Amino acid sequence: MPPSAACCAAESTISPKALTVQYYALLREQAGRREEALTTSAPTPRELYAELAARYPFTLTPEVLRVAINGEFSEWSTPLAAGDAVVFIPPVAGG
Amino acid sequence: MAAFRFSRTALDVAALRAELADPACGGYAAFEGWVRDHNEGERVRRLEYEAFEALAVREGERIIAAARERFGVAHALCAHRVGELGIGELAVWVGVSAAHRDEAFRACRFIIDEVKHRVPIWKKEHYVGGDSGWVNCERCAAPGAESGAHAHERSR
Repeated sequence: MPPSAACCAAESTISPKALTVQYYALLREQAGRREEALTTSAPTPRELYAELAARYPFTLTPEVLRVAINGEFSEWSTPLAAGDAVVFIPPVAGG
Repeated sequence: MAAFRFSRTALDVAALRAELADPACGGYAAFEGWVRDHNEGERVRRLEYEAFEALAVREGERIIAAARERFGVAHALCAHRVGELGIGELAVWVGVSAAHRDEAFRACRFIIDEVKHRVPIWKKEHYVGGDSGWVNCERCAAPGAESGAHAHERSR
């Protein structure tokens, strides 16, 4: 890979990007909102959750949460892209 | 209609059951989940269900497709309430029709178990004393809680 491409690929993962986060259940109550648009430098959902947990009084740790990106279950290590819709999923309790 | 669906109003069991009718089926099994007046030593006054509906419907459809493939049943449906529910109300309904009863019972059990484990639906209990809590979320949030890592596997 030419140096310029490597530079830009790396840069795209750390440069600030605009995305949306939706909150449900306990996280919705603790964030005090259902949804927000934000700009973040977090490369993956893991860093994004840490960033949000510093802002809101979240009591749930990442170990008990799952994450969804654009309406589908995802991994904590999936790179975030501009325009992504991210949801952190608290322990479920249907039925 | 979709095999997995949400409703903001009371579920019409007769209408749901009618969707499973099939001359090739000799067995029908259904499960109804009702709002109970107690949980883990607390007296429950009412419940509130919330869902991440886009993903929940997708995951619910996958569960039903898996049940049909695994047990060879002809038809399967699951309907789940969201919003405020009172004691005794029907919260979730699963129905299955098949050629024979054994696969109908097994598929029905499989679907309700998987829905409780995997589908992004949350339940908030409102207690008689005025407190409230999100089921499976409050306890695992306690500092040092050991059950946390298993939160998504828990089921009652």
